[in-house]
Amino acid sequence: MSVPVLSVRDLSKVYGEGDARVHALRGVSLTVERGDYVAIMGASGSGKSTLMNILGCLDVPSSGRYLIEGTDVGSLDERRLAVLRNRKIGFVFQSFNLIPRMSALANVELPMAYGGVGAAERRARALAALERVGLADRVRHEPNELSGGQQQRVAVARALVTAPSLLLADEPTGNLDTASTRDVLGIFDELNVSGRTIVIITHEDDVAERAKRVVRLVDGRIVDDRRQAPVEGAPPRARTPEVPA
Amino acid sequence: MSRFEILRFALRGLAANKLRSFLTTLGILIGVAAVILLVAFGEGASRSIQQNIQQLGSNTLTVSASFAGGGPGGFAGGRGGRGGGPRTQARQLTLDDARALTDRAQAPSVRSVSPVVTANGTAAVYEGTSHTVSQLVGTYPSYFEATNKVVEKGAYFVNDDVVAARKVMVVGRTVADELFGAADPVGRQVTVSGVPFTVVGVLREAGSSGMQDADDVAIVPLPAVQQSLTGFGPLGSIIVQATGAGTTDAAQDEVTAILDQRHGIAPGGVADYRILNQAALQETVSSTIGVFTALLGAVAAISLLVGGIGITNIMLVTVTERTREIGIRKAIGAPRSAILGQFLTEATVLSLAGGLAGVLVALAGSRFPVAGIQPVVVPSSIALALGVSVGIGLFFGGYPANRAAKLRPIQALRHE
Repeated sequence: MSVPVLSVRDLSKVYGEGDARVHALRGVSLTVERGDYVAIMGASGSGKSTLMNILGCLDVPSSGRYLIEGTDVGSLDERRLAVLRNRKIGFVFQSFNLIPRMSALANVELPMAYGGVGAAERRARALAALERVGLADRVRHEPNELSGGQQQRVAVARALVTAPSLLLADEPTGNLDTASTRDVLGIFDELNVSGRTIVIITHEDDVAERAKRVVRLVDGRIVDDRRQAPVEGAPPRARTPEVPA
Repeated sequence: MSRFEILRFALRGLAANKLRSFLTTLGILIGVAAVILLVAFGEGASRSIQQNIQQLGSNTLTVSASFAGGGPGGFAGGRGGRGGGPRTQARQLTLDDARALTDRAQAPSVRSVSPVVTANGTAAVYEGTSHTVSQLVGTYPSYFEATNKVVEKGAYFVNDDVVAARKVMVVGRTVADELFGAADPVGRQVTVSGVPFTVVGVLREAGSSGMQDADDVAIVPLPAVQQSLTGFGPLGSIIVQATGAGTTDAAQDEVTAILDQRHGIAPGGVADYRILNQAALQETVSSTIGVFTALLGAVAAISLLVGGIGITNIMLVTVTERTREIGIRKAIGAPRSAILGQFLTEATVLSLAGGLAGVLVALAGSRFPVAGIQPVVVPSSIALALGVSVGIGLFFGGYPANRAAKLRPIQALRHE
């Protein structure tokens, strides 16, 4: 088997000092193969967001190793880390995190601008990504002119426009209504069908049911790791989103 | 990421919040313009005062009567008892005093001596037009050189005119305009107190010095004015011109010695005359101007400081409220250099735009005289004001941006 997209060993994260020490992660080990669709579940405070931030290279672990496609993230300097975030990881936040007062198109172009892609190619790829999430007619709108679902789809377009090896989503549907949730999860299914590796955090069972593999976190430890579908092939609900949960 | 790309990002960042960008620019503009204008105003005032002093004449001493040392009823006959005795009365300055000062042996540092009598507020009439000349001066031709009065049109009167007591007159610009309007005054006759004077020359415009119009003047030979107006009484003053800038003090000592002797003043006694030394006056005024300029400089420095604090404040707020945006940019892979570059470019564009606009406003503003003083822009003040505000803008735009760009993305993202 090829090098796993993502591999963490004995990851732990401690916040605070002295009496205020909080162990958010207590030794998490996880390997994600290319093409997999993993849902990480857990109650609030279980450490799932901490794990996600570390996987997205937004935060650093207190101890443990983290490899993306065989590269040890802990050994990278600031500049290489920026390149890694730019090329290998697409991150979708619960609160969208689009840059205000910039059009949808400019927001989607942004990662490519930092990646050094030429202006013409950038525009073409950003338009393609927005079309893929069904927002071809909203490219000139600024975030405050879009609905929550539309904003999240712009964020998804921004995450996938650099063709990253790994798409991370931190409760992407937490702030969305059911229709928008269905839209966004449908896009994830399609992306996974086309081979993209996805790791999604959620506390909703019906979101988790769409993943090929569900990992449960309690108090910073993995307590359950269940496969719902093989790595190869479509995710369980792909192309049949109308089947009731 | 190319520089052009960073510039584009910076401009987009500025355009995203136009009001804030405008206010920052305005703050810098006002700070820079205030400093340049204040310094320009100080410089203009100092030059105007110096010019006024130079108009009074160069290397000259003005000797005038003083009653401080005199006894009661100081209006004693000028040509009375010369010589000694305890002084009980102050003596007026006389033509003999003036002649004594021209003694080459006793006063080698004196170049020329001009006795002066002045009639103030004398009415002059020309063909029905009347004008009250604020200063009618009767003197010798050397007066023109000693007091820097230059005839622009026509001629000076000469020693022969004085000896013959000819009724000739050199008028100032104001008098010429008031009496003759556009016509050429040279050769025309003006009646002063019923006595006709022929205008032989017009003085070059001197400009007003303080409250007094230095051009509202008419200069005639001394005997002519004594005969017709003031009578052969005491002199108003004696203008003594020294041989050079370095000899004014020597000339003052010589004049003092001669007059002390003639007026019978014991060494250390209180003199009945005063000597106004042009050079000493200039020195005093220069040091006063120095204080004045320092004061304006202090005000300018304070306005620069206040402006700088304003810039600092806005830059800090701008970066702080955009820390989350910096987090987002980092999360999608922006290198620190790109973020820092963008914020530095934003700060540079704002500071430079505000600073240059401030320079333009100051240059435009300095074209208008304030309270009769034409501001003179000092180039170094432009460099200083521009340098300080741009420097402050860059530092306080760059430093917090750098701090934010160094944060881990998650820390920046959680920032509220």
